Amino acid sequence: MSTPGEIGTEAWPLWEVFVRANRGLSHVHVGSLHAPDADMAVRNARDLYTRRNEGISIWVVPADAITTSDPDAKGAFFESPAGKNYRHAVYYTKSEGVKHL
Amino acid sequence: MTSPADLSVVDPELSAEEARFADLIAADSRIEPRDWMPDAYRKTLIRQISQHAHSEIIGMQPESNWITRAPSLKRKAILMAKVQDEAGHGLYLYSAAQTLGITREEMMDQLITGRARYSSIFNYPTPTWADMGAIGWLVDGAAICNQVPLCRASYGPYGRAMVRICKEESFHQRQGFEILLELMQGTDAQRQMAQDAVNRWYWPALQMFGPPDDQSPNSAQSMAWNIKRFSNDELRQRFVGMLVPQAEVMGVTLPDPNLRFNEETGEYDMSEIDWTEFEEVLAGRGPANAERIRRRREAHEDGAWVREAAHEYARKQAERELAGAVA
Repeated sequence: MSTPGEIGTEAWPLWEVFVRANRGLSHVHVGSLHAPDADMAVRNARDLYTRRNEGISIWVVPADAITTSDPDAKGAFFESPAGKNYRHAVYYTKSEGVKHL
Repeated sequence: MTSPADLSVVDPELSAEEARFADLIAADSRIEPRDWMPDAYRKTLIRQISQHAHSEIIGMQPESNWITRAPSLKRKAILMAKVQDEAGHGLYLYSAAQTLGITREEMMDQLITGRARYSSIFNYPTPTWADMGAIGWLVDGAAICNQVPLCRASYGPYGRAMVRICKEESFHQRQGFEILLELMQGTDAQRQMAQDAVNRWYWPALQMFGPPDDQSPNSAQSMAWNIKRFSNDELRQRFVGMLVPQAEVMGVTLPDPNLRFNEETGEYDMSEIDWTEFEEVLAGRGPANAERIRRRREAHEDGAWVREAAHEYARKQAERELAGAVA
């Protein structure tokens, strides 16, 4: 699947930017930008997405390297968990009032 | 939330994708770039988001005008941070618009050839330092009022960009308030300078909310699509209600002799806005329209070698890497 914004006529490739706010946390997607190469993408991401100490680490990923599930097949693709609410703790109500459960 | 009753409203003649879009909007959910969307929805968003991006980029000019003449090193550093933020806001918004299928180059071309609109507020000159205060307090204040509801806009990338922007704008408004407050606590001449700036920016700031509701042709559709959440007049009223107590703290007078609280309506009564001036500025006959576009075009053309060099460097590096891998 092509990535939105990844249009053949854009002069520079699209990069998705992920920032780790602190040690112990995951890198989280914060947005995207266009840059001629990976080094410039990291520098631009620093200027664009971390002007207020938002992060201690940045990943940039070429948008066209990301494979996604098909949004139109959303229903079918994620069907398996439907109706399986016994996978959640709240399904089990008989232990209500019993401590540490 | 969508209840079965709401769903029954959906026209049975709609195609599956049209129905899905209608359902998402009815449920106040978000539309994402790869979802099907009506052409008119896409066009409206491209127009609105790109105009918004252009406004941020052009908005750098009236303020960068004062960077070299800021009254202290602290104020200079603050102003530079603010102008840098405006550039960042422009980039978030251009990125959001690009997810709808328009390229950065097309948008830039529309701007520098004068085919795109941007907020007419940036076509006013900034002759004194107090204008930096008035822009922060009134212009950024009006922008925040407009933009906070846009954080919930139905188009996901737009809403997400607005969340980042609103977080940063609150610093802009506060620093503007502080500039004016300090001037108001200064000499008579400084107080006069602050009052004069407020006099010049007050009405243009109120015009930023757009024409009155009964003359705003696109508003109803934008509200039906959950892009716009409140009407122009509602937001304008809300803004004036916030300004009045702030002006009292500061000691400036808002330049409207008819401004008074109406106990019955619970809102402020105000003078009629002079829309002929707004129309003039919008039509490109404002004090600084030509200057803003000329400078934007020059900056774009003068910066061409930087873009080309970066491109060429990336190409050579990739070539070298490839050669290394083969050898």
